[in-house]
Amino acid sequence: MKGKNVWRGPLYAALFVLFLLHNDLWLWNDATLVFGLPVGLMYHVGFSLATGIVLTLLVLKAWPDHLDDEP
Amino acid sequence: MTTLAIIVVYLGVVLAIGLFSHRFFRGTSEDFFVAARTLGPFILLVSLFGANMTAFAVLGSAGEAYMEGIGVFALMASSSGLVIPVVFYFIGTRVWALGKRRGYLTPVQFFRERWDSDGLGLLLFVVQIALLVPYLLIGVMGGGSTLTQVTDGLVPGWVGGLVICVVVLAYVTYGGMRGTVWVNVFQTVVLLALGFIAFWAIVSKLGGLDAAMQRVMASNPDLLVRGEHIKPWQLLTYTCIPLSAGVFPHMFIHWLTARNAASFKPVIAFYPVCIAIVWIPSVVLGVLARADFPDLGVAGANSVLVQMINLHAPGVLAGLLAAGVFSAIMNSFDSQVHAAGTMFTQDIVRHYGFHDRMSEKQQIMVGRIFMVAILVVTYLLSLVTTRSIFKLGVWCFTGFAALFPVVVAAVFWKRSTKWGALASTLTVAVLWICFVIHGWKDAGYTIAGTGVMPVAVILLASTAAMIGGSLLTRPPAAETLAKFFPDASTGRVEDEDRLYSRRRG
Repeated sequence: MKGKNVWRGPLYAALFVLFLLHNDLWLWNDATLVFGLPVGLMYHVGFSLATGIVLTLLVLKAWPDHLDDEP
Repeated sequence: MTTLAIIVVYLGVVLAIGLFSHRFFRGTSEDFFVAARTLGPFILLVSLFGANMTAFAVLGSAGEAYMEGIGVFALMASSSGLVIPVVFYFIGTRVWALGKRRGYLTPVQFFRERWDSDGLGLLLFVVQIALLVPYLLIGVMGGGSTLTQVTDGLVPGWVGGLVICVVVLAYVTYGGMRGTVWVNVFQTVVLLALGFIAFWAIVSKLGGLDAAMQRVMASNPDLLVRGEHIKPWQLLTYTCIPLSAGVFPHMFIHWLTARNAASFKPVIAFYPVCIAIVWIPSVVLGVLARADFPDLGVAGANSVLVQMINLHAPGVLAGLLAAGVFSAIMNSFDSQVHAAGTMFTQDIVRHYGFHDRMSEKQQIMVGRIFMVAILVVTYLLSLVTTRSIFKLGVWCFTGFAALFPVVVAAVFWKRSTKWGALASTLTVAVLWICFVIHGWKDAGYTIAGTGVMPVAVILLASTAAMIGGSLLTRPPAAETLAKFFPDASTGRVEDEDRLYSRRRG
């Protein structure tokens, strides 16, 4: 029997934190431009990149290997 | 005329790729409907992403950004970038494994066997097809308005829609899933490349991103913040909408095309970045358009991206960019047509007409006939529909997303029953109809104006119905569960079955 995957819990928690961070109420009325984009938009571009990093870790470290093993 | 010529050449290339794919056709129904379950990681990434990128994403998002500002990206793009890959990770991979083990070609086949119920399968078929129709309409309408705009009205909207239907008809019916996937790959690459070129060309013409945004800051500063355009509750509850990707029949069927579970890895890892690459240009150009076209209505907003291209990048570039818009439209449209044809063939004709015994040739022929029929009906409906592409899409996604508890229960919850799934599906159908009737006339409808999207309420209700309906009815038979949870003990469910029987006397 395979041991418990130690990455799974923290990565699931990271996904939940991302879900919370998606609601950036603190930038709601801020029109400051960052690299030419309004900060409210730039934040979500960065959010997308952060999501990509967490998901990459998820598939590398917490992949459900048993699915390919099933008959 | 240059633009038109480029579009004609582009459509010719698409057609050629789709028809060429037929040379690799193995003549089996599994090949026609799910490309013989052979797609590797890269092709799966591009085709799944392409199948989920619609006219809604490109034309609709630009139009909505034109009306509501930058908040549209957070509402739909970055939330989709988080939710959709998570759905693929938890649901898509498991559905693929079940589909491969049990030979499924459609979602209805899975649900029917999972809960051992023909009636439930039929109900889910009707609901999924009914919700798919508005999604199909988005494609035809987007094609029509694009061709009209890029040719300055030379080609009427009905011709554009007809052209899209005819091209898709040719390669989907001839090439099957393989044709659809090959074309999707080509079109997604075109979309990603041309989206970037459009963005760069137009922004350069406007003196750079900073200067372009300053124009909007001067004319419509409200578009650079969420402000009153979007409410905090709306941002939170909109996150439910991308759950629809776990219920779309065309996504489900695309999952089944994977060679192995590991093929999903790049799809999950790169999906958020791919979404950002497509949506950023659309949203930014939609916002920038407000300075150039201050008075477009809702209907005009649908074509604002094409108008920007015409104004700032005419000639050859406009033709190429219009081709990029077409690629987005056809990418998902073809998958949806293919899925609807597959479902009619497998879930209705084969199951009810032939009791699941039907030759490979017959299945393919019937599939083709239904794909033609679906295209004809969709095209005719597109001629009499005038809704905003974005709003039409949101209602359609709402219905699919609200069915998500049914999929989750089917995959993970052994104790779920057909009655729970039935209660959940009927709850979705009734509430969805009520909300559509209530909110149809109000383009920005949220519940009592609070910002809460109807999808959140329907989702909660359908979850409650799934749980309540299951716990109040007899647990599924052990032999049924053994098919879907081979490694897990069914002892607890059997205990509950005994308890249930005792309670009922």
